[in-house]
Amino acid sequence: MNARFLRRIAPQIATLAAVVALIAFVFPGFFDISLANGRLYGSPIDILNRGAPVALLAIGMTLVIATGGIDLSVGAVMAICGAVAAWCVRQDYGLVSTLAVSLSAGLACGVWNGFLVAVLRIQPIVATLILMVAGRGIAQLITEGAILTFNHEGLIFMGSGAVFAIPTPVLLWLAMGALVTLIVRRSALGLLIEAIGVNQRASMLSGVNARVLIVAVYMTSGLCAALAGIIAAADIRGADANNAGLWLELDAILAVVIGGTSLLGGRFSIVASLIGAMIIQAVNTGILLSGFPPEFNLVIKAGIILVILVLQSPALRVATTFIKPARSLR
Amino acid sequence: MNARLFPLAATIAIFLVAYAICYAQFPAMLSTRVVGNLLTDNAFLGIAAVGMTFVILSGGIDLSIGSVIAFSGVFIAVLLRDTGLDPLPVFVMLLVITTLFGAAMGAVIYFLEMPPFIVTLAGMFLARGMAYVLSIDSVPIAHETYDALQSLYWLMPGKGRLTFIGGLMLVVFLAGILVAHRTRFGTNVYALGGGVQTARLMGVPVARTTILIYALSGFLAGLSGIVFSLYTSAGYSLATVGVELDAIAAVVIGGTLLTGGSGFVAGTFFGVLIMGLIQTYVIFDGTLSSWWTKIAIGLLLLAFIVLQKGLVVLTERRQSAARTG
Repeated sequence: MNARFLRRIAPQIATLAAVVALIAFVFPGFFDISLANGRLYGSPIDILNRGAPVALLAIGMTLVIATGGIDLSVGAVMAICGAVAAWCVRQDYGLVSTLAVSLSAGLACGVWNGFLVAVLRIQPIVATLILMVAGRGIAQLITEGAILTFNHEGLIFMGSGAVFAIPTPVLLWLAMGALVTLIVRRSALGLLIEAIGVNQRASMLSGVNARVLIVAVYMTSGLCAALAGIIAAADIRGADANNAGLWLELDAILAVVIGGTSLLGGRFSIVASLIGAMIIQAVNTGILLSGFPPEFNLVIKAGIILVILVLQSPALRVATTFIKPARSLR
Repeated sequence: MNARLFPLAATIAIFLVAYAICYAQFPAMLSTRVVGNLLTDNAFLGIAAVGMTFVILSGGIDLSIGSVIAFSGVFIAVLLRDTGLDPLPVFVMLLVITTLFGAAMGAVIYFLEMPPFIVTLAGMFLARGMAYVLSIDSVPIAHETYDALQSLYWLMPGKGRLTFIGGLMLVVFLAGILVAHRTRFGTNVYALGGGVQTARLMGVPVARTTILIYALSGFLAGLSGIVFSLYTSAGYSLATVGVELDAIAAVVIGGTLLTGGSGFVAGTFFGVLIMGLIQTYVIFDGTLSSWWTKIAIGLLLLAFIVLQKGLVVLTERRQSAARTG
């Protein structure tokens, strides 16, 4: 089991190590970590910290993609939940109730997506497109078109605070990842989700309650997006309905794909997706550190995606099976 | 009535009803000036949406459109600024580049058997990145040919102006309708959308058709980029972010099934007009905020998707009833 798990995430670890080694080669001071004001600073910490929203989104997205779905609305849900949190704080709600309201908003968005996909049986890409388009409008409705700024210590702590010298966002995504992995892997849930992704009809015929599970999966995605939205808003001390989480759904999907989970559904690995999210962030940070003009950021990213996709493509796998020596003689 | 025609009829009906509501509130809406502006303002979206219609009809998706439009604008602006070339050869070069770009994405999708979603996502990053590399600033375009093309219009009765780019969109839509329904390529696109395996067994050249579809989408995105540069007289690498979503929304509102195989290019035309009409209404009203546009488009999307779903369920029931009865 352990050896198999290691073999599963080996390509992702190798890619991450290669990217980090490349950055360290171009920028020798990469591994310098310092402690100041009760918080760790340094490039590796920065990668973990800046990658928090995409990592959180990737957790929910992995489960959604494992069921054969996709959630395009997570960026818009981030904007909605950030706006809700900022609005609550400005109405003098306490931290706990603010977080509760904001996370419930994320769950509600998840229920909506899940309802469209599982009950109305609309294609996931279309169903979540609706909230992706309308969501930013809803977020702007809450902020009334302005950027809602706030100065609430507790909420800001979610974005830029630190516990035991580790930034809060890092702890949040690590905790969320561990929690979801435990829930799905220490129970049969993970297996059932994979069953739905492989063949929904067959799984339903064999007694899996696919509808409830699909709604639950989209709710998890909504919850993760809500947490990411709170972090993003707390980080800039304001809710920006237009730009919060813009295009992060694409980064999250990319993280899952880099993590080796097939977009067609089935086998998934949350840990691999999280490493995928860190690879994306390491590339972003690396390009900034190495002094490349930031204009090249997207071109390099596109190149990396293409290489990873070619390596994972089913067509190539068919080709390599012919090259590999036969494992056993029949 | 043929069930396939129903979504198209619904789109046209919604457009007419929406226009009637607008007219009842603002009688000035029913003038050729408003119609002319509606066509001009949405010309670039309409042209890109024709390409998207073909991609979606074949069961695929193209997320690179917005980036390609931005790249086109920057490419034209930078070449006109830095070289003494006339716009026309630049246009030809650009269209060749974007067509090859689309064809390359189609080839990757077919030969590496990868989902169009991820391939065109990489294409989206690449095109936007190339636009940044060319220039991160907004580059103005000043050229006599541009002035000539911009002041080219046909004065409709009622003083409305059908501009060059508005007319070009109409021509592209007509050509798109002809290609979709009157050529072998069009039939192949519908067959692919119905199911790749079936299409292959029927003798559809799947590889060629897939590559051609994305090449066509790339070509139209390039053309849309030219139109957008005519519309704004500038090339800016941050422009037209998210146009691919508007195009997808227009296609869906136009009654095309996102699973592929069913829909009409003409429906997309009305989809674009409905979205333009919502924006015009928000501008006419003056008190509504721009975010209502997004919410209204989201609601329309929902309505259409549920309507289509209902139709599919209805026809399935009728078929199974016919089989048992």
